[in-house]
Amino acid sequence: MEENMSLSATECLLQMSDELHALEDYQSGVPRWCTGCGDNAILAAVQRLCRDEGLRPEKTVFISGIGCSSRFPHYMKTYGFHGIHGRALPIAEGVKMARPDLTVFVNTGDGDCCSIGAGHWIHAIRYNMNITVFLHDNQIYGLTKKQASPTSPIGTKSNTTPRGSYLDALNPLSVTLGVQNCSFLAQAVDWIPEVLFDIVKAAYHHKGLSFVRIVQRCPEWLPQSLEPWLHDPQRVLMLHHENGIHLSAGLSKVYKNQMHHDPMNFKEANDIAFTTDPIPVGIIYQNPEIPCYEDLRYSTLLRTPEVTRNGLNRELDKFTVWPEEV
Amino acid sequence: MGKDDAMNKEATDKNSTVANSNTPLANGKKGIIQLKEHIVEIISDSGEGAQKCGQSLGSIAAQMGNGIWTTEIIPAEIRPPARSIAGASGNRIRIGSNRVTNGGNQTDLVVAFNEQVLLGRVRARELKEGCTILLESMWRNHPDSRIVSAYVETYNRLIDAGFDVHEVPMEQVCKTIVSDARKGKNMFALGMLCGIYSFDLKLARDQIAQTFGKKAQSIIDSNEKLLDAGHKWAEENLEFKYKIPAVKAKEAQIVVNGNTAIALGVLASGMEICAMYPITPATSASHYLSDVFEKVGGIVHQAEDEIAACAFAIGASYAGKCAVTITSGPGFSLKQEALGLAVMGEIPLVVVNVQRGGPSTGQPTKTEQGDLMSAIFGSHGDAPKVVMAASTIEDCFYSIITARKIAETFNMVVIVLSDATIATSQQPFKRPEFSESWIAPPVDQSAIVNGAKPYDWDETTGLARRFIPGQPGGMHTVTGLAHDSDSHVAYDADTNQRSLHARSLKLAALQKTLKTPPVFGADTGDLLIVGWGSTKGAIEEAVEELQKEGKKVSSLHLQFLQPLPSGIKEIMQKFKKVMTIENNWSDRIEDEIIDEANRRYSSMAILLRSRYLIDIDCWSESRGQPIKPSTVYKVISDRMKN
Repeated sequence: MEENMSLSATECLLQMSDELHALEDYQSGVPRWCTGCGDNAILAAVQRLCRDEGLRPEKTVFISGIGCSSRFPHYMKTYGFHGIHGRALPIAEGVKMARPDLTVFVNTGDGDCCSIGAGHWIHAIRYNMNITVFLHDNQIYGLTKKQASPTSPIGTKSNTTPRGSYLDALNPLSVTLGVQNCSFLAQAVDWIPEVLFDIVKAAYHHKGLSFVRIVQRCPEWLPQSLEPWLHDPQRVLMLHHENGIHLSAGLSKVYKNQMHHDPMNFKEANDIAFTTDPIPVGIIYQNPEIPCYEDLRYSTLLRTPEVTRNGLNRELDKFTVWPEEV
Repeated sequence: MGKDDAMNKEATDKNSTVANSNTPLANGKKGIIQLKEHIVEIISDSGEGAQKCGQSLGSIAAQMGNGIWTTEIIPAEIRPPARSIAGASGNRIRIGSNRVTNGGNQTDLVVAFNEQVLLGRVRARELKEGCTILLESMWRNHPDSRIVSAYVETYNRLIDAGFDVHEVPMEQVCKTIVSDARKGKNMFALGMLCGIYSFDLKLARDQIAQTFGKKAQSIIDSNEKLLDAGHKWAEENLEFKYKIPAVKAKEAQIVVNGNTAIALGVLASGMEICAMYPITPATSASHYLSDVFEKVGGIVHQAEDEIAACAFAIGASYAGKCAVTITSGPGFSLKQEALGLAVMGEIPLVVVNVQRGGPSTGQPTKTEQGDLMSAIFGSHGDAPKVVMAASTIEDCFYSIITARKIAETFNMVVIVLSDATIATSQQPFKRPEFSESWIAPPVDQSAIVNGAKPYDWDETTGLARRFIPGQPGGMHTVTGLAHDSDSHVAYDADTNQRSLHARSLKLAALQKTLKTPPVFGADTGDLLIVGWGSTKGAIEEAVEELQKEGKKVSSLHLQFLQPLPSGIKEIMQKFKKVMTIENNWSDRIEDEIIDEANRRYSSMAILLRSRYLIDIDCWSESRGQPIKPSTVYKVISDRMKN
């Protein structure tokens, strides 16, 4: 019987009754990002999510790699893990596997996720653990002072590409959707906070790996690059659907370039993922049926010393040479 | 040769076998020679089952009460071409009357399924002069004339070289029992060896039942027939028969190799997550663990790469459950940055490095002790880690339990060094009795009192309580950046100095708890040999022999390499000379351009010289093989002459 007790049974005993409904309950320190940096908008949306959902700070973990955006956990009054360059995803997977009871978020940048950590990105999609991933994509290396990133548009002048970058930009949407077990893909832009919040919320509620690419501005190193999109609402393609994001009347008036897109429609999602201009905004793909790796692997055995003792002895029996009975 | 001729020939061959059974070499007529110990090996092409035969023989000998040490003979390729010199696959078993602590010297008796793999062993100088060879004779009559001439040529050369070669019609006899003799020869060989060494055939039958237990009864039956046929052949055709007297152990013993012992240690330590990436020669530990870990609620996660495996383990440990990652040299190099993160964040972590030949891809299936420096000093900046080395199979088991405990007590990375020698070798040890003290208490989820800091470093020991996600009031962000006791990023000089100080003090705090290791032999003398890891058995065997000859030599074997326990300098000062013996690289002082100004010492020698300011010499080799006791004997004898 004891072997069938699940972790949640012990969790009940620890249930906290605190009600947290103030933004301050999730805020820690003053962000050191530049004025106008898209990271600020993402932080605001995520803190609002935590407040609205009443997430328990002690049961929530933000995990990041290295880069401007990876400072994110320091500004949350939750548990956080500011790791090493490119490795936020495997750290988060370890946390989630050991403790499925924790709510896990990952903040990663375009260099962190799409360059040095690209191998982990692909496999994280395939594991499909219940983790919400925010790709803070400003298309440039910020913290190391302006080098082209994989998502920099071709021709981007930077300190390592003074005559313009040579290669076409990597498209995080088509890459993500191309990986087996992709279960949630969305795109947001930092300059439409209302939709950004709705997408962050939908991502949080999806069970599985929710991958949200957030196109964000870098006022310091690429101040002009997104200006044409900012000033022309027609260059944003608003995806809306009863299974996706609902557009308010106000937004509908401004963003007239709309598409009624069912996130369950993979073929259409695939076409959208390959669209770079206009920038698609909304939930591109969602499949709630794909199993989560932790559900496939995590054991509900309550690891009492007896379970270990019995398990060890069963194994030792296989290799034991017993003394002759006297 | 016409069809009929061929058939006639076969008939003649069969007749000759039958005729042999009537020759007067009957049971009981040959005297049984008593031996103190023997080294026997079984070698074949890959996939012919010699390894299984060797393992079974080892288990049988252990059950007879003999001391054993088995060593796998592994080709680097999965399927090297048949009959290739470098393709020998098999097992080597040192069987003794008493406890055996290492693989020993050269082989006394070998069973070879073809002459080419045998040639490889001869060239590697693994066979003793005049060694008994039991050689599959089918190649003499092979349809391919090139094979026949290669066989005959090798056979004649072996005879000329003084080997005691006996041709055995293994294929021929096995074909009377099974259609594919390739899949049966190993059990024939096992039967033959049981006959030669006077082992109880019932134990061999038990082995067969255990090996093929999940398969059909007909398979068990045919394997038993093969076993009996081999036994019968040996009884009837060989003039020699041995007995290695043994005393059956009074207590239960475990027969496993080092990698299995590591996996059992993981299980016994209460750890729940092992993250790994396939790498030779470490992977078999994870294979076994994958099979059994889930039965006690554990998980083996095969990550997408070595770095991810380490990061995954760090994540799991951070979340409250100390995890382990198991790897070998190249993988260990890849993990170094992540290990630095665990050091900086003070996250407990157990790392097993089953060392192989390096640098780079090196010799994946061969042994070396080349990673001591990268274990201690690896990762950039000052990253203090605990480093332990397992020197026996038993050590592999207990080291993991100790490592887990140290990791969680001191919030440190603990590296356990094993190597290819002990990873694949078997040596019986006392069956462990589980203790609840081995495992960690449940994850602490109690509330953190107001004002407590995540890195509240103790002034004396550097220790701080670890806050685990889920603990109310303990929210903070772990960071690989320099940080203060609140875990806030801090670039100021004093904070950096203070946090480095705290992390370094933890090693000293651990060091205060370590016992001085015992000296093997007298505590004063002319020469003290210092070793670490898998060389223990060979060093002590040679030292013991020299002690019996009256030489004033003792040895010291270190388990903790970082930090080094107290009392070592005092031990060394009682000897006129100190020398390390290691399985890694060092320059030979005899070389023309090598002198004291440029000589590169072995890893342990460098460590001891710098720590104790004693002029410690070293001897090492990097041949990819375990160091033999005879080599150690010669090295020490030579040094003691000077």
